[in-house]
Amino acid sequence: MLASDPMATAQALADLTEISSQIQSAVVFDREGTVLASTVDDERAGLLASTALELLRGAEEQGAADKEVVQLDVTLQDGSVFVVRDGDRVIAATTTTEPTAGLVFYDLKSCLRGLGQEQEKPKPKRAPAKRAAKKKNDAES
Amino acid sequence: MRSRSFLTGFLLAAGSAVGTVLYRRRAARRRESVQLYFGDGSMISLTEGSPEAEHLLGPARELLATARR
Repeated sequence: MLASDPMATAQALADLTEISSQIQSAVVFDREGTVLASTVDDERAGLLASTALELLRGAEEQGAADKEVVQLDVTLQDGSVFVVRDGDRVIAATTTTEPTAGLVFYDLKSCLRGLGQEQEKPKPKRAPAKRAAKKKNDAES
Repeated sequence: MRSRSFLTGFLLAAGSAVGTVLYRRRAARRRESVQLYFGDGSMISLTEGSPEAEHLLGPARELLATARR
């Protein structure tokens, strides 16, 4: 189970669509297909995640058994589909026709990495409870 | 007169050749295809028409249609 901050994930996706004019929609989900954030409504996000997982599993069948697909892009007549995996997280995005694949992959990877770093950030430690320590000292003396 | 018709013929031939190249490039770019990148750095490109590509193009078309609904 991924511990994720929904606000941070949503913000990362908002930044992604702002940075890249080629990306039209994107959804972040885990390996089980649980949607973490999306630029579309919940119903469509679920469908996008399950279809992207299906695509990813189909792609895995094309390679050797020990090879894992880390990214893929599908060029279609009226747009492109990109899927990038980083650890347990997967991002799927749709773009306009004839996108700059390298740039789109870079933006999607940056977004996923940003999410990873966001979750790895250590929470600020609370200062030791002085009052409790003082009380303990008082009790001992 | 002779050199003029030669020049016209040459220009027509050159124009046709350039037009053919541009048309083929555009047609190739518009072909549906799938690029798979693996963790070991290898890559497979599947173009429409092959059964492997068709297996993946279906879900991709569905995904694009859902996103644009």
